[in-house]
Amino acid sequence: MNSQLLLTAFWTIVVKEVRRFTRIWAQTLLPPAITMTLYFIIFGNLIGSRIGEMGGFNYMEYIVPGLIMMSVITNSYGNVVSSFFGTKFQHNIEELLVAPVPNWVILAGYVIGGMARGLAVGLIVTVLSLFFTNLQIHHLGVTISIVLLTSIVFALGGFINAVFANTFDDISIIPTFVLTPLTYLGGVFYSIQLLPEFWQGVSQLNPILYMVNTFRYGILGVSDINVGFAFTMILVFIAVLAGFSLHLLNIGKGIRS
Amino acid sequence: MTLALSIDNLRKTYGNGFEALKGISLEVKQGDFFALLGPNGAGKSTTLGIVSSLVNKSGGKVSVFGHDLDSELTRAKLCLGVVPQEFNFNPFEKVFDIVVTQAGYYGIGRKRASERAEFYLRKLGLWEKRNERARMLSGGMKRRLMIARALVHDPKMLILDEPTAGVDIELRRSMWEFLREINAAGTTIILTTHYLEEAESLCRNIAIIDHGQIIQNSTMKALLAKLNMETFVLDLDRDIDASPVLDGYGVRLVDTHTLEVDVEKSKGLNPIFAQLSALGYSVASMRNKANRLEELFVSLVDKNL
Repeated sequence: MNSQLLLTAFWTIVVKEVRRFTRIWAQTLLPPAITMTLYFIIFGNLIGSRIGEMGGFNYMEYIVPGLIMMSVITNSYGNVVSSFFGTKFQHNIEELLVAPVPNWVILAGYVIGGMARGLAVGLIVTVLSLFFTNLQIHHLGVTISIVLLTSIVFALGGFINAVFANTFDDISIIPTFVLTPLTYLGGVFYSIQLLPEFWQGVSQLNPILYMVNTFRYGILGVSDINVGFAFTMILVFIAVLAGFSLHLLNIGKGIRS
Repeated sequence: MTLALSIDNLRKTYGNGFEALKGISLEVKQGDFFALLGPNGAGKSTTLGIVSSLVNKSGGKVSVFGHDLDSELTRAKLCLGVVPQEFNFNPFEKVFDIVVTQAGYYGIGRKRASERAEFYLRKLGLWEKRNERARMLSGGMKRRLMIARALVHDPKMLILDEPTAGVDIELRRSMWEFLREINAAGTTIILTTHYLEEAESLCRNIAIIDHGQIIQNSTMKALLAKLNMETFVLDLDRDIDASPVLDGYGVRLVDTHTLEVDVEKSKGLNPIFAQLSALGYSVASMRNKANRLEELFVSLVDKNL
């Protein structure tokens, strides 16, 4: 296929993915908006007002970047894992497998679809946060690049989860037992400076800590970690996960007998 | 003549050790209407799955219009349209979107894809249903949707894995007409079916596969010529109480005025009429019992057991 045909095939996958999550907006876009509003009200306003400052900012300002990033992470992952598994489960992955679409285009299409939902929810949460606080962006480049790269990482993660999943239970295990704890312990609600030294060390093994803190640096200009190291780590994650995802597609894992 | 499909020593062993294909070789000429028949689990769907890139082969070579699946997969895929046995579209998508999206996977832009989708949906009687979710369609409509989807990129070869399963006879016959039409227009068709009457009626060449091996590969005419016995259904002019004895023929009473008579090719029909006439019966109408292929199929597969 020439580049124009490849672009059409890629765009077709992206449009299909975007149409899917917008068609079921009550399941995909509305719940995170409600949940995050509750976080803003309860943690940011009611409890936050008693906590005082964190990292030199009031608590609401401090948690907003973390909550936006949490939304991006869970929705980028959730979109790809549910969509690709559903495609496998209903066998309509065969529509793509019989067509002359290279595996890298399939992967790119699903990843961009996941990013579209992750970023759409991130934007909704950002707009909602403006009702509770005044966001000043410290470094626009860092803010945008970290949110895009993080979204890619978790879209790829969702893809790999979907490839290995055999049942609907399998697509909820990782988000429930791995992603959610890592996100909550990744500095969304607190600075790791508050932790004893040992637990600070343990926290630094959590990759989500780096993503949340880099995003927070982009917005507030404060971070618990080295931003340069965070970008390097995320790029390595993307390279490894993308390579592994392509390998899975090439061997037909879970999709070809 | 160009070969639409060439399969050489194709083998497939599944992860559980089951050897589905034991080195089959097959050729389908361009423009052919080809039947691939076999009992359940014989290896038909595995063969077509490998050709369609849905199943990984364990060994052997496959090429589609001269394009080897190992080295020219993209070109091979562009030549192929696939109608699988099971419904494999997203049931929550609209009929029109399913067809247009499939065209997009072949690099066809939205405008042209919409025109082609309209053409095939109209042709297959689904245009009125274009805005319905696919799950709302009847079984026959879902089958036609899969055919429209498979044709939207104008493939040179169409693979149909039991396209008329669960479809009523009227619709089945209209689908046959449609398939004959596209075959006459140049599309090579490979068909698997359990309705042997369908294969006999549509296909010019045939391969029978059993236990992962090709046990018969010839023209339909040559295969049917092997049939030594045919069965005729005779409607008598009046009721008959019991099956009459006709010298040299096997006779079964179907109902009070219908007989089935087995006729060896060497014997002819005149003695039947003469003997019935002597018994005081006339034949009001007569027809060849279809499914001659079925008899051959059963005998070939039985021999292979």
